[in-house]
Amino acid sequence: MDDQLLTLGLYVGLPALFLGVGWFIGHLSETRHERSLQEREERLKDVEVTDMRNPPGFSNSSGQCMLVTGEAVIASDAFKTWVFGLKNIIGGESKTFARLFGRARREALLRMKEQAKELGFNAVCNVRIEGADIGGNASGTNGKRGSNMAVVMASGTAWLRA
Amino acid sequence: MLIVNTETIPGKSVVELKGLVQGNTVRAKNIGRDIAAGFKNMVGGELKGYTELLTESRREALSRMAAQAEALGANAVVNVRFSTSAITSGASEMMAYGTAVVVE
Repeated sequence: MDDQLLTLGLYVGLPALFLGVGWFIGHLSETRHERSLQEREERLKDVEVTDMRNPPGFSNSSGQCMLVTGEAVIASDAFKTWVFGLKNIIGGESKTFARLFGRARREALLRMKEQAKELGFNAVCNVRIEGADIGGNASGTNGKRGSNMAVVMASGTAWLRA
Repeated sequence: MLIVNTETIPGKSVVELKGLVQGNTVRAKNIGRDIAAGFKNMVGGELKGYTELLTESRREALSRMAAQAEALGANAVVNVRFSTSAITSGASEMMAYGTAVVVE
């Protein structure tokens, strides 16, 4: 009887603990991250961002401009990965992973804006956003089971808007 | 060296085309970062080691591209694009390419 309980504990309890810790810390850090994103977006909202190549006023601006970049890599937690595993059986949109990618994208864009502002610019044009797969980590091409992470890179041209 | 990802530079005109320049770098992530990433996959959160790796490789690729442009006698690189590819065995390539030009 004791042996059975121990086995049950090992096979159910440990993964449950793993998921629980993942959910708890993951949820906490996600909420905190989103709050910090909102604060910083508010602070940087005077930096005008567009993906137009030639936004109004660009061609007759001061001539000072520079390439700015921002990147963010955010890992999924055990709970999100598990939920996605379930979702993968029935298919459909994964809101948890969409949220994760949203955070990575906002973070990358923010870092790009921060860089532009630090260098004394007030606008960024021709913004490009792309993803990447570091060392085949996400697709598992390096032979290991892929670990889940959102990788987003943003780049653009910072310029002085009159 | 002026580096932008737009086709034009405000207030300046392109007087000479020097051709396509590119710079690339392949960076392997170290084992410490891999272990940290594995752990982070339980609780979630930013993988600072990987973010730094991306930033460093972007800077490296850009500076190699700029060096190539300088060797061609250009003073600016326009229309810069980045591309990445995953090479097996856990390494990533970052490439930056653009058009080297002389602007006035």
